[in-house]
Amino acid sequence: MSENNQNPNAVDAADEERDLIAKETVGLSQGQLIRKRFLNHKPAVFSLFFLIFVTLFVYSASGIHLNWGATPITVQGWWPYTITDIPETVFCDTSVGCPTWQHPFGQDPLGRDYFALVMRGAEQSIVVMLIIGFFGGFIGTVVGAISGYFRGWVDAVLMRFTDFIITIPAIIIGAVIGFRVGNLGVVPLAIYLGLFSWTGLSRLVRGEFLSLREREFVDAARVAGASNRRIIFKHILPNAMGVIIVSVTLMLSGAILLETGLSYIGFGVQAPDVSLGSLISDYQDSFTVSPWLFYWPGVLIILIALSVNFIGDGLRDAFDPRQRRQISRKELLKATFKKPADPTQN
Amino acid sequence: MTSAREAILEVENYSVEFWVDGVWYPAAIDMNFTVNAGQVLAIVGESGSGKSSSSMGLMSLLATNARTSGSVRVKGIEMLGTSKANLRKYRGKEVAYIFQEPMTALNPVYTIGFQIIETIRNHFNVGPTEARQRAIELLTLVELPDPETSVDKFPHQLSGGQRQRAMIAQALACDPSLLIADEPTTALDVTVQAEIIELMRNLKDKLNSAVLLITHDMGVVADLADDILVMKDGFTVETGTADQIFNRPQHPYTQQLLAAVPKLGFAQARPSVHLDNAQPVLELQNLVIEYPKRGRIPAFTAVKDLSLTIFPGEIVGLVGESGSGKTTVGRAAIGLLPVKSGSIKINGQEIAGATQKELSGIRRATGIVFQDPASSLNPRLPIGESIGEPILLAGLAKGEELQRKVEDLLEQVELPRAYRNRYPHELSGGQRQRVGIARALALTPDLLIADEPTSALDVSVQARFLDLLLELQAELKFACLFISHDLAVVDILAHRIAVMQNGQLVEAGMRDQILKNPQDPYTQRLIAAVPVPDPAVQRARREARLGRD
Repeated sequence: MSENNQNPNAVDAADEERDLIAKETVGLSQGQLIRKRFLNHKPAVFSLFFLIFVTLFVYSASGIHLNWGATPITVQGWWPYTITDIPETVFCDTSVGCPTWQHPFGQDPLGRDYFALVMRGAEQSIVVMLIIGFFGGFIGTVVGAISGYFRGWVDAVLMRFTDFIITIPAIIIGAVIGFRVGNLGVVPLAIYLGLFSWTGLSRLVRGEFLSLREREFVDAARVAGASNRRIIFKHILPNAMGVIIVSVTLMLSGAILLETGLSYIGFGVQAPDVSLGSLISDYQDSFTVSPWLFYWPGVLIILIALSVNFIGDGLRDAFDPRQRRQISRKELLKATFKKPADPTQN
Repeated sequence: MTSAREAILEVENYSVEFWVDGVWYPAAIDMNFTVNAGQVLAIVGESGSGKSSSSMGLMSLLATNARTSGSVRVKGIEMLGTSKANLRKYRGKEVAYIFQEPMTALNPVYTIGFQIIETIRNHFNVGPTEARQRAIELLTLVELPDPETSVDKFPHQLSGGQRQRAMIAQALACDPSLLIADEPTTALDVTVQAEIIELMRNLKDKLNSAVLLITHDMGVVADLADDILVMKDGFTVETGTADQIFNRPQHPYTQQLLAAVPKLGFAQARPSVHLDNAQPVLELQNLVIEYPKRGRIPAFTAVKDLSLTIFPGEIVGLVGESGSGKTTVGRAAIGLLPVKSGSIKINGQEIAGATQKELSGIRRATGIVFQDPASSLNPRLPIGESIGEPILLAGLAKGEELQRKVEDLLEQVELPRAYRNRYPHELSGGQRQRVGIARALALTPDLLIADEPTSALDVSVQARFLDLLLELQAELKFACLFISHDLAVVDILAHRIAVMQNGQLVEAGMRDQILKNPQDPYTQRLIAAVPVPDPAVQRARREARLGRD
């Protein structure tokens, strides 16, 4: 120090050098790194755009229907028919109600426009997916965080409770819930299902918390005087976000399949409302005569679930830099060469 | 010994490059060296110099995003670009590797005997009984106690040193002509390290194999190497015999590297600073700390009946090998661990049995710097927030004022002010450790606990870090408990030294008294085992030690 005080120029020079180094090493924040890695995952980006497109298309076609509370809110979509309209049946050469320009997905045996029905069903599926994801994600995170952080008897009680819920088959829970609240519409059904679909996530979050709480930065925060709440939310949770986001995303596709499954066996969305599952269930007999009644809902279920899964996959790769992707031969040949400064030459 | 000069490994214009995001980054550039039978070549360099990558690349053991070029000949046979079948024939048979961490390099689900037998039967057409016989022979060769029963033990049943011996036995299974040892002693305690180095020297003489030693530890190099190659950023900076490099280094980098290595017994005098009537900053009395029993794992007493005092402005070095309980003492001293019995007083206030509220008050007088710079900072927080957290939570400042204080602290640890918006992963290990100090000093504590703060740093970074710590201590006059396994580092800093073994305080006293005239046999052994980075001195010490044994 004393040497530096005698020679202020030396301090300036050292500062300048440090600033230069600082400029060179300025990096990306973790968020930017994750975004960059996600954008490099082509199937995931494609799926994300596809899912956004499907959501906008479905909602704009079918309109928004909220029959929650006393006054139902309804915004009409751009498709001229609704699920209750019964237009005149169009005859084709071999069968009735086949796809035409007027009814691109065909018509069901009653004459209802099938495009309107499928759009309505997809809308329901997306709502169910989001609500189950939100409730399941929230409860799973809280339960997992608390038991992982506090350990001891809190952990034992919460995890045994989790185990208890896991032991009840999902289909039975769903059947009971569907039987009770299926006629109230899709939103209450999704909320109740969400209350039972957090178990897997809570175990993952607990594991993550158990390992993160042993890290030295948590001790450092404790020494600095941070409360348990601050340590959980400010220090540990942001570090567990990767795991949470990824598994909630993967939970979403499970949620779609759960709702479709329930509606298929008749415990989900009740008539006159429809969902993709109930459409398949209603028209499975027409597979041989009018297969379009069977194809369209199925194709939509597969596309939505698949694209959600791809997004989850991309997120997992983005959050876990240890997973290296294979480098193609072309990329290896294309690469440039960077030679550092030779320290032996100065 | 005419065959002793036979060239085993010849490397010419050898380069290793890694593909990262469309650019080839070189890890080793135009290396040239030869290792002869019965000779040890040490490749020395700091982290990131390419020493490990270059050694793995010799037998094409690198990841798919790496490429090698040039020529590598083992006993005259070209290894780069040869077929995989041919490579397999040479790996293990002619060229064997010893890795840094024996716990991860040995497969935990197989016995060590199984793993040695596997290597033998891969290369020779021998029956299982014969191979087992050979495995026992090898374990005897590496002086593993009780080889007949050890052969059926699993890696976790052996100590660190024994595991490393088993690894060496596996490497020697096929009488390789070249042994590549990548930091073979870095994960080991000094006394164990001394034994392993001794073993490697004996084996090299006995089997007349060539050894390529990769290490950052100049002490180990001085003890073992015949020739030295110094690397920096992938370039070969200097090559020469051990004598040339240690006594007449030509390149400024080599000189700088050697100057940065702390040498035991060469530090400046540190006169006592403690006043007789001063109240001690930290007072431990008959401290016992126990890790409670968990399921079938019995309770473990990590610290037994330990008493230690630290006075204001004093640096006390707490030295011991792994498992001695030194880290436990440090963590207990700031109330991170429950106390079984005894007392811990900070500025006269009792920590043992204090409530959370009392604790947070007492903790304001303390700060701690952790061992691992990668884990001690929250990766999701900008470092400015990490540094400012103690100030914010103590309610001393917020907003603009807090930012200013954080910037002042950064200035104090010689980091640019603009760094407060950076994230930990954008900083080097040494910089992160400075941030750790800045955070520990945020509340201008009376007591700083430094838990192995330099063990993850390169020597030159360590030297700068220690200078900084000394400067800050001279300026702010805090007391410091410096926990370390490295006697040479403690030598530079400490006024007093306390030595721990198996949870007990073995010896404590003034620095010079402990280092120059140790009374306890354990302390004597510890000091004798520290390798000195000077080949001539190290040879004399070795002979003296062997004579005494």
